[in-house]
Amino acid sequence: MKIWAICLNTFRETVRDKVFILLVVFAIIMIIASRVFGFLSIGQEMKIVKDVGLGSISIFSLLVAIFVGTTLVHKEIDKRTIYTIVSKPIRRYQFIVGKYAGLNLTILVNVAMMSAFFYLSVKLMDGTWSFDLTMAILLIYIEVMVVTGFALLFSTFASPTLSAVFTFLIYLAGHLAKDLRFFGEQSMNIYLNVLSTGLYYILPNLTNFNTKNEAVHGFPIASTFYAYSIFYGLFYCAILVTVSSWIFKSKNLK
Amino acid sequence: MTSVIEIEGLRKTYRSGIRRKGIDALNGLDLSVAGNEIFGFLGPNGAGKTTTLKILVGLLFPSSGNARVLGKPLRDLSVLSRIGFLPESPHFYEYLTCKELLDFYCRLFRIQKAERSKRVDALLLDVGLENAADLQVRKLSQGMRQRLGIAQALINDPELIFLDEPMSGLDPVGRRKIRDMIHGLKSRGKTVFFSSHILQDAELLCDQVAIIRKGRLVTQGKLQDILAPKQASYEAVLTDIPDAAIESLSRVSESLDKRDDRLHLVISGRDNLLAAQRIVVDSNGAIDSLAKTRGSLEDTFIEFIEQGLEGGKAG
Ligand SMILES: Nc1ncnc2c1ncn2[C@@H]1O[C@H](COP(=O)(O)OP(=O)(O)O)[C@@H](O)[C@H]1O
Ligand SMILES: [Mg+2]
Repeated sequence: MKIWAICLNTFRETVRDKVFILLVVFAIIMIIASRVFGFLSIGQEMKIVKDVGLGSISIFSLLVAIFVGTTLVHKEIDKRTIYTIVSKPIRRYQFIVGKYAGLNLTILVNVAMMSAFFYLSVKLMDGTWSFDLTMAILLIYIEVMVVTGFALLFSTFASPTLSAVFTFLIYLAGHLAKDLRFFGEQSMNIYLNVLSTGLYYILPNLTNFNTKNEAVHGFPIASTFYAYSIFYGLFYCAILVTVSSWIFKSKNLK
Repeated sequence: MTSVIEIEGLRKTYRSGIRRKGIDALNGLDLSVAGNEIFGFLGPNGAGKTTTLKILVGLLFPSSGNARVLGKPLRDLSVLSRIGFLPESPHFYEYLTCKELLDFYCRLFRIQKAERSKRVDALLLDVGLENAADLQVRKLSQGMRQRLGIAQALINDPELIFLDEPMSGLDPVGRRKIRDMIHGLKSRGKTVFFSSHILQDAELLCDQVAIIRKGRLVTQGKLQDILAPKQASYEAVLTDIPDAAIESLSRVSESLDKRDDRLHLVISGRDNLLAAQRIVVDSNGAIDSLAKTRGSLEDTFIEFIEQGLEGGKAG
């Protein structure tokens, strides 16, 4: 109940912020406008609408994750709203989990709204909506959860700006993790090999969450892949939140 | 009765990344607060009052030393559910309404829904915010925020309430309201521990005070006892004083003013008063009136702190 209270508040605070609303409106405009791009390439309309739709959902929820995520805890300390919360009978981990859950709830609503518009614009063009499209959106959401986890983790010890940079780098590296390992294995240098393999296991492999291309073009995806990706993402989030809580536990709230 | 707050050798050093040495906010603070009293925690700005309070409510971790609140070690959840805390110029979620905010704090104590709305309404009435219940926090004035802060500090009907500079930034009417609330809390058996850098606040409220400076206790006790030897100040009107005696009188008085044939004197301290009386008697003068006045308490306070500091250094 305490975690839920923090979560609900975080959700309310974020949703009532004008910046958030602006971002969602902008994303929805993008999705609707994708039809315009569609008309420009005869025969490819549907694919472009789907491409732009999935891309918009991904980018806009990532923006919220990075910009809200990195200020999530910092803002509470900076604006001193945390003083009246952590001095109540609540454990520090409950605060962290609550904040994290609250932002994820916000992003979930954000993604759901964008998806609704996406679905409508596909249907209005007599396009087909596949299960894989739904799954592609779910995986985008899980990827964003992982990114939010990193934003949260960095923000427990670094400034928002620095955290945003770190999080963005992790996002990039997370998409290159597989290539990095491949590169390491190809190189004859043992150190490079060990380093790249190590990084491969530490960094989140974000390519696991990217099925946009397959979904748009209708390539088949194994259900075991979905199951694995979802499990992998949630597991990764759990670790990030645990480490964040652990750091936050002994933090002086000046 | 055991003490509700027990502090022993508390130290806190703020370390920031660049400065390796850090700032010593508390340098071995000792303090003990008994139950059911209004305790004034006094000291100039930067003395370490806020730091102490933040340690006691679990926001900061002490660098060394011990503190017990309600007989239990710091950060004990059972203690946190029995205390209230008003931070210095409190800040809240700007987009929540007063009602939503207080409801949120209730949830942190696992108060059930029916009880929550009852309690929130009662508290809003208590602090005079009943008309602002559905107003977002960002639309509140400074004074209203302070009152909202008090409401949240009392949400769990705490036994021990920490207030950090509860009167700062308020107009006289607001200050008075807060004073009345604090008195009300005491009459309901609570202990109020409040910090202030303004002596008047303490004077009108406190049973006990502690004065700290540079993170160390200067003195603790009843305010009157602490200030009594310093603040005794007298105003005398004398007549029939020969010019020869005026010279010696000026040596024992703070100010001397001759109007017509009357001499107005301000004397500070009992010793000076006795000396002046002797001079008057010896010179066959007369005391027309004599009144004990209180000098500027603020000045006395500052003077006291400074002397206390030197005493502390010597010892
Ligand atoms: N977050 C902080 N970082 C560094 N120094 C601090 C911090 N907070 C307070 N200080 C320093 O610690 C000392 C005590 O501050 P504080 O406890 O706020 O005093 P008070 O509440 O009595 O005015 C001051 O010298 C202040 O500059
Ligand atoms: Mg202070």
